[in-house]
Amino acid sequence: MNAAVQTQPAATMATAAVRGASLRHALHAEWTKLRTVSGPAWLLLGVAALTIAVSTAAVGATHCPENLTCPVDTTKLSLTGVQFGQAVVAILAVLTFCNEYSTGMIRVTLAAMPRRHTVFAAKAILIAGLVLVAGAVAVFGSVLAGHLILPGHGFTAARGFQPVWLSHGPTLRAACGSVLYLVLIALLSLGVAVIVRDSAVAIGTVLALLYLFPIVLAFVGNEHWQHRLERWTPTVAGLTIQDTIGLRSLAITPWAGLGVLAIWAAAGLLAGGLALRLRDA
Amino acid sequence: MTSQAISVPRPEAGFGDGPRGRGFGSVLRAEWIKFRSVRGWVIGMILAALLTIFLGVFAAANSNIGCQLNGGPLKTGKACLPYVPHGPGGQIVSDSFSFARQPLTGNGTLTAQVTSLTGAHVDLNGGPAQVGSGTVPGLADWAKAGIIIKQSTHQGSAYAAMMVTGGHGVRMQYNFTGDTAGMPGAVSAAHPRWLRLTRSGDTITGYDSANGTHWTRVGTVHLAGLPSAVQVGMFATSPGYTVTQNSFGGASDNSGPAQATGVFDRVSLTGTAPGTWTGTTVGRGGPVGGGPGPGGGQGSSPFTRNGSTFTLTGSGDIAPVTPGPGGGLPTVTIEQSLTGAFLGLIAIVVVAAMFFSSEYRRGLIRTTLAATPRRGAVLAAKAAVIGAVAFVTGLVAAVVSIAVGVPKEESSGQVLLTAPLLTEVRVIVGTAAMLALAAVFAVALGAILRRSAAAITIAVLIVVMPFLLTALNVVPAGIGDWLLRLTPAAGLAIEQSIPRYSQVTTITSAVRGYYPLSPYAGFAVLCIWAAAALALALVMLRRRDA
Repeated sequence: MNAAVQTQPAATMATAAVRGASLRHALHAEWTKLRTVSGPAWLLLGVAALTIAVSTAAVGATHCPENLTCPVDTTKLSLTGVQFGQAVVAILAVLTFCNEYSTGMIRVTLAAMPRRHTVFAAKAILIAGLVLVAGAVAVFGSVLAGHLILPGHGFTAARGFQPVWLSHGPTLRAACGSVLYLVLIALLSLGVAVIVRDSAVAIGTVLALLYLFPIVLAFVGNEHWQHRLERWTPTVAGLTIQDTIGLRSLAITPWAGLGVLAIWAAAGLLAGGLALRLRDA
Repeated sequence: MTSQAISVPRPEAGFGDGPRGRGFGSVLRAEWIKFRSVRGWVIGMILAALLTIFLGVFAAANSNIGCQLNGGPLKTGKACLPYVPHGPGGQIVSDSFSFARQPLTGNGTLTAQVTSLTGAHVDLNGGPAQVGSGTVPGLADWAKAGIIIKQSTHQGSAYAAMMVTGGHGVRMQYNFTGDTAGMPGAVSAAHPRWLRLTRSGDTITGYDSANGTHWTRVGTVHLAGLPSAVQVGMFATSPGYTVTQNSFGGASDNSGPAQATGVFDRVSLTGTAPGTWTGTTVGRGGPVGGGPGPGGGQGSSPFTRNGSTFTLTGSGDIAPVTPGPGGGLPTVTIEQSLTGAFLGLIAIVVVAAMFFSSEYRRGLIRTTLAATPRRGAVLAAKAAVIGAVAFVTGLVAAVVSIAVGVPKEESSGQVLLTAPLLTEVRVIVGTAAMLALAAVFAVALGAILRRSAAAITIAVLIVVMPFLLTALNVVPAGIGDWLLRLTPAAGLAIEQSIPRYSQVTTITSAVRGYYPLSPYAGFAVLCIWAAAALALALVMLRRRDA
């Protein structure tokens, strides 16, 4: 990428100020790229719509008849849609990067901004910010659905169910945690996308990462391995942030579980950053 | 990447010959060349097989049973297995009951009146206890007492029986899997039940009656190869008492040993028999089916006689063993080694979706459609090629998974619930066919959406998520059942190797290997999805510009 150096001779005066400005420019460039195609906007809308729709459906389908005990975590139930929404988040993150490879745009991008880690950081920051916003809308809509629908379905305070609302501490933690969860899924997906580069393969890999461990967990009979999987896999551990009842029986505490996902995301970003730096575009 | 794929086998058959110039065979050949000449796709398919095998074997290998008998050394694996009887149909069965019997040679008829069926079970709210201490009255749904004609006292031998049950009225059952309903309602002194079994050669006919004069035929069964000398008499037994808690996340069960006591009167036996009754506890020492043997010490007779009245108390069951803890055995089914198919599915769906959508990305679709103007033929050829490749991949993966995984599970001390050979073939071939249909579905989605990422996501979500949501009890059981009826995930039913027996109390959930649809009905649902996607893809392909 020698050509890149020649196009911007000014970049040789690499002072701290210029570096700060270059990140700002990179962010601006990435933002322009994102907002001028329709895909990302639709996908962000899809994150919110799918999450809220699935959560509402799950909440609407759940009744607690008078004569039954219902060991239901109402908060977790209200946030069911996050498990679907995360797939759209993953697509968004993967496509942001892989589309540049499939169209050859990446060569233009890197010619304009030779500092690959700046490009990568700009993409990560932008995706994280957008998912933060879309995720907040999605999670708030889901909580609202649970708040409005569940009391009418037998999950009343009189029967010992905590209200699904942000004033309830554990629900607030679960809601904020779910937004962070979506952000971390986006970053992990971005890391995978940079490593794999092909959008189809990246989507497959990310979906396998997201959904495979819970299935394995359902089938593995060995308690030792169940415990390990519950503690160390990205989605199973990460989603413990949504638990508000039976916390003592969890294999990992909610925030620690989200921390495990954060480690996965950090590892993904690090590997992605290295791959981007070391490979030809 | 796909540039070599443009090589059309017969270039002279291009534009000049018109649409009819190229047969479907050459379209198929062209698509096959496209597939095999992209290294990534071939690697993807090989990866799908390897991942399936790896995951299946991993899930199988990570279950180990430990046991300690009578303070002896801790043992693991196969040493822990109790004696497991096999029924005449080859399936693993429970066969433990109290038996008041006498040998019968040749034809004959046994008649008895049952005046009472009561039971006791371990107090499930209390701590663990034995039958006899800390028991409370209560009758399991499938507690049973009645009359039986059985080949011998060996566990698993052929039989036919008429019985009253705890919650399902009078039944005629035979050879563990057969079950026919007779008179409904519970038995009591005021409403006794008369039962009769008539043997004629290897044909046994069961009758029931409310008064001993008007008899109704319940069923006739043929027990092939029944010897001339058989054991006939009265029996009583009870499977574990199960409290099923129907709550949001499906059902959870809590099971404890139980016993049943049946009171018989006016017993009459015609035919060549000695006339004296002997007490035998079939299956003593190897209790299978939830619970220790009947109360009473070694050597005590399992029945008491007071004039013409016989009282039998027994525990165990005469029924097939089913998956899940209800059977009292650590059981495993062959399809549990096929868990990895989910991973294989994702890899196959990725390749299949790319098989069509990447032509759009590279513009190859214009070359393809110029060479083969019949768009339906292109779609059909692509579906056929990817379907066949996925089928072969799935078949290899399933065969190896079962060949490696099942022995591992057996050596870890689990009881393999064997299925007839044809059922095993159906499970293996069905898994491969399921993957092939998922591939066809994905290729059609790729044609509809023209974007691999979207096609892959939809295909994976729509096949994997319903199962996941149901298996992890994320959605209520009722909704989960409907998801497994209506979505492409219904096709997973083809993997169910153990049928649902109505005469055994089991919780039927997808994780335990029970699907709401029968294997072929579920598979048909998946076929409909694939066909619908193909039809939509055809319409879109014809209407749109490439």
